[in-house]
Amino acid sequence: MTGALEVVRPGPFTTVQDPGRFGYLRYGVPPSGPMDPFALEAGNLLVANPRDAAALEVALGACILRFREEAEVALTGADLEASLEGEPAPRWESFAVHPGQSLAFTRARRGVWAYLAVAGGILVDPVLGSRATYTRARLGGLGGRTLARGDVVPTGTPAAPPSKARARLEGPHPVYARDAEVRVILGPDLDRFTEEAVAVLLSEPYRVDPRSDRMGYRLDGPSLRLRRGADIRTDAVTRGTVQVSSDGRPIVLLADRPATGGYARIATVIAADVWKVAQLPTGGRLSFLSVGIEEAQAEAGRAEARLEALEASLRRGS
Amino acid sequence: MTEVRLYPHPSLRPLGDAAIRIGLGEGIDPSVHRRVRAACLALDRARLPGVLECVPTYEAVTVFYRPTVVGYADLERAIESALAGLREGEVPAGRRFTLPVRYGGPWGPDLESLASSHGMSPEEAIETHRTGLYRVYMIGFAPGFPYLGGLPERLWTPRLDTPRTSVPAGSVGIGGEQTGVYPLETPGGWRIIGRTPVPLYDPDRTPPALLAAGDFVRFLPVGTEEYRDVEDRVRRRAYAVECAPHEET
Repeated sequence: MTGALEVVRPGPFTTVQDPGRFGYLRYGVPPSGPMDPFALEAGNLLVANPRDAAALEVALGACILRFREEAEVALTGADLEASLEGEPAPRWESFAVHPGQSLAFTRARRGVWAYLAVAGGILVDPVLGSRATYTRARLGGLGGRTLARGDVVPTGTPAAPPSKARARLEGPHPVYARDAEVRVILGPDLDRFTEEAVAVLLSEPYRVDPRSDRMGYRLDGPSLRLRRGADIRTDAVTRGTVQVSSDGRPIVLLADRPATGGYARIATVIAADVWKVAQLPTGGRLSFLSVGIEEAQAEAGRAEARLEALEASLRRGS
Repeated sequence: MTEVRLYPHPSLRPLGDAAIRIGLGEGIDPSVHRRVRAACLALDRARLPGVLECVPTYEAVTVFYRPTVVGYADLERAIESALAGLREGEVPAGRRFTLPVRYGGPWGPDLESLASSHGMSPEEAIETHRTGLYRVYMIGFAPGFPYLGGLPERLWTPRLDTPRTSVPAGSVGIGGEQTGVYPLETPGGWRIIGRTPVPLYDPDRTPPALLAAGDFVRFLPVGTEEYRDVEDRVRRRAYAVECAPHEET
């Protein structure tokens, strides 16, 4: 550990996240990880970290961090009106910060979750192979919790000395809108729902309810009728799974989803689109479009290719 | 009771574009459970490219994979061939754990009301609960949380109308026809009849959960002094939970 970051103002839900903790679902330990995986991994690449390094995930704003040492950083994900010593801080490119400087996230202008990647990564101790924070089980991150005022977050030694040249993700950058249309794969519990319920899900818009968090977003909108009860025998769920409880209300499970659930699953948002749900603010409008597995996986391939291209271009540039 | 069915062939369905659910039967039943364990073992052994992990539940195994490494159609074929000629006899015997429990009092605030709702004394309810041999069907909901089957019917009790906002770690509860132990302090709606000092979840241990699908659990009533003694030994890492192989007959 070399440099360190001091938390002056923690913000409502700032945590340490890496891509997630895999391999322990059968013990009931979910992966957690970032709400917007592309933004986290792109941020890491921009500061020459491995893609799976840990970064800070900042929600909504009201967060101030002070750097104790020289560092190279990158901001990705939501536009939280970040500023460095009062000057607007760039997004999707690396920049240098000096000892004593403060980075402030003000308010959510577009999107909800922003990432601060620091060259060398956030070096909290890994738990079960990952630094991702899962607050419900007080696991990973800094003491398994959200950051608090006065915390000192350890950062690692950068792989290379800070470069004068800025690394940048060429556009178009992800658009964080108040409306999103996301693609889903229907099922696996379609037999639980009326045909009308599936038609409603795929035609009516839903709004993100305020009772939403890293585990999942509750949606307001027309209720989805079940043929028989909403309870299924407890079964696996995943990121993006749309569960429907007995009141007919859908919930989209997100980063802190549990390993298993007991509600009927009408659909799952495709991996390449889950971030669009996560970045919707409260009141944001969401609509669903059914696609086939081939289209979904081709889209996942394109997101992966973009990160690989960024990695290759930065390697050439250094 | 629900009808129990074993499927002649595994039923594969996508759960999104990065997981496949493999349905093996219907019902919460030892025969379906054995099929699930056999399939999970066969898939673990097959080490299919692109597969991250396999998760056993009551009626299915769900395979999580990287769609950028292996596509759905190819993985579907690989799974079908890995599961061809599935042999349940190869599944290793589970372990039988004995968990000490301090029943009643502040450790089990719902014991008296639960007992009286069944026309029993608290002692009878304890005796009925301790005589059960409980099968771990799966782990889920929270880290290390076991879904236990085998609760004697005389103790089946609906969940609380209003869940508690906080249930202490180690609490032993009854919810419907299930009994279980809360590994972490969480909100919970089950009726709490006692508490075990044995941790069911410890992130510093590999694996992090004490129990696994296929294990068995017995509960052993203990007094306050023994409860405190075990609690103290757990803290000093000087406690080994009683555990023996359990061959099913």
